[in-house]
Amino acid sequence: MSQQEVSQALGTGVVIEAIHSMTGAESIAPDHMGRGRMPARGYVPQPAAAVDTALQREVETLLHRQAAMLDAKAWADWTALFDDEGVYWMPSTPDQTDWMAEPSIFAEDRLLMEVRMGRLNHPNAWSQAAAWGTNHMVGGILIESATAERVEVYARFQMMELRRDVVRHFGGSYRHTLVRRGEAWKIALQRVDMTNAQALYDYVIQAWV
Amino acid sequence: MPLPTLDQLVQPDRVHRSVYTDPALFDLEMTHIFEKIWVYCGHESQVPEAGDYHTVQIGRQPMVMVRAKDRAIHVLYNRCPHRGVQLCGNQSGNTGNGFVCSYHAWSFHLDGRVRAIPLKQAYDGTRLHMDDPDCSMKPAARVASYRGFVFASLSAEGPSLEDFLGEAKVAFDDMCDRSPVGEVEAVRVCHRVMQHSNWKFFMENQLDALHPSVTHQSTGVPARRVEQRIKAEQGKAPLFFHYLSTFASSFDQWDQVQTVNFPHGHGILKAYMGLRPTDPDTVEYENLLKQAYGEAKAEEYLSRSIHHVLVYPYLSVQSPLQQLRCLRPVAPDKTISEIWHFRLKGAPEAIYRRSLWYYNLVNSPATMINADDLENWTKAQRGLESTGGEWVSLHRHHGTDTERDGVLYSSKGTSEVVMRNQFRAWSQYIGQALTADAPADTPAEAGADAACTPAPATTPAGA
Repeated sequence: MSQQEVSQALGTGVVIEAIHSMTGAESIAPDHMGRGRMPARGYVPQPAAAVDTALQREVETLLHRQAAMLDAKAWADWTALFDDEGVYWMPSTPDQTDWMAEPSIFAEDRLLMEVRMGRLNHPNAWSQAAAWGTNHMVGGILIESATAERVEVYARFQMMELRRDVVRHFGGSYRHTLVRRGEAWKIALQRVDMTNAQALYDYVIQAWV
Repeated sequence: MPLPTLDQLVQPDRVHRSVYTDPALFDLEMTHIFEKIWVYCGHESQVPEAGDYHTVQIGRQPMVMVRAKDRAIHVLYNRCPHRGVQLCGNQSGNTGNGFVCSYHAWSFHLDGRVRAIPLKQAYDGTRLHMDDPDCSMKPAARVASYRGFVFASLSAEGPSLEDFLGEAKVAFDDMCDRSPVGEVEAVRVCHRVMQHSNWKFFMENQLDALHPSVTHQSTGVPARRVEQRIKAEQGKAPLFFHYLSTFASSFDQWDQVQTVNFPHGHGILKAYMGLRPTDPDTVEYENLLKQAYGEAKAEEYLSRSIHHVLVYPYLSVQSPLQQLRCLRPVAPDKTISEIWHFRLKGAPEAIYRRSLWYYNLVNSPATMINADDLENWTKAQRGLESTGGEWVSLHRHHGTDTERDGVLYSSKGTSEVVMRNQFRAWSQYIGQALTADAPADTPAEAGADAACTPAPATTPAGA
């Protein structure tokens, strides 16, 4: 084929503009709304109007230390951060509101935390024999409300986990309800909304996130 | 290399390791088991409205279960007949009045029949015609449901759903009969866990009464400690501690928990948790059942001795606590398990919550129980890759099983009759394939070469 023949075959292009009222797909199936029913989800924190900087620092320190305790496998120290009636809750979906009403990934009071800690410390927790560790980063710590007795905190986390030679990556948000007990703040509720909550789990989660 | 003979793989008291590891055998399982038998798709309540869909894997086939406008439920290949593009890209959702392909806008009714093709005239004079079935979404050969649980078979031939389920029907009867209106509904959450092991490990493990006090001692022991402390302090402990502490029982105790093993590989592990406490919630609930069914029937329903029912080769139903786990094999060493939970329609909330604790503690993705099971199965899979031995032992209490009308009863709860019965079914499914599939024309042949070599080469002469 000569260059001239190629030029003739190509000719002059057309210009199409998106001026029609319907796309081709709409003309075939004008009634199609097939994206499924995915309601808007997620929680946007509302920062408290004025927060005492000393309190902000105190809360940040608590959350950073809590994460470090997990990475250090200091399970007893970690559970001691919770109030006697404290609850650690990781719901399966972000729109759950009652920790006893629907399936959860974690739903543990102090007694069940004691069982999980007992397992992690047991010499024959077989899955703990494999090299295993985590690294947490906590950030975006926002106090949503604060009184002398009670603080609501929102934060975000990233966690990588190494098990044998496999790295997994988890992320999401924390919502802590802290209550004053003498000199200390104790966790009345830690809610963990994990972005991976409904994803396929490659192996299970052994310790709190 | 030719495929091995059945005897080189399965013997009455042992099996060859390649049944867990061989890709060629896995392909045969897909073709002759999973893509033929009735496979669980989901519960009707997962697709309540027209256009609601749930995608599901049957063998190697991506399928979609969908509710049509006439309320019928269809199970279709999730595939556009034009270029093969999957029509539903999410796990579940609503597809509106029909399916529309995201690539070239071929559209289909909710029963899979083609509705419209763009530029229809462009096909004039070609051999593509819209009334040709090849222009529509292909349906599963058979769809049927039992008490709201939907199954599909990709083979037009074979036993009916009820014949396939056989005695294992009790899994669904037991679950539904515990509702005063005889129905359950699926809880919307479905967690999925990848097991790095062959699907058989899960099925064998579910009725293996010897493993709990070994595998799960690390959870059973601290749970028992806490349970006993609460009992000492308050007189009684919440039932859910018992769910965990029973795992710390002795071998003798587990020997009392017998198994009943049915044709097709199905089986039951009898009850051992004592799920009939006498608290006010339970009394109220039992009264509801008595009002609904009468004293005698209610008692029959409440006293069924079931811990797990297995529908071989992929379903484990814990009917008294409304838990269901469904396996979707992916590869010889990869199996996805779906974890479902159900509500008893018309039962008090307290009864649901009692079963919810079991889901949260034993079946959730943060389960303290399965953590150690998965570790065992992963290591088993790796160990069986080894040529350090060829056979897997199933000898425990071999020769002491009682057989009546094709049903095998364990002599002791810890008998490996469970596995022997499952391999009896496996042999029936696969045995014909091993002889019928000439190596030259089977698609499994390519993978058979390396994987099947050890079996014939290492079978002891006297075996």
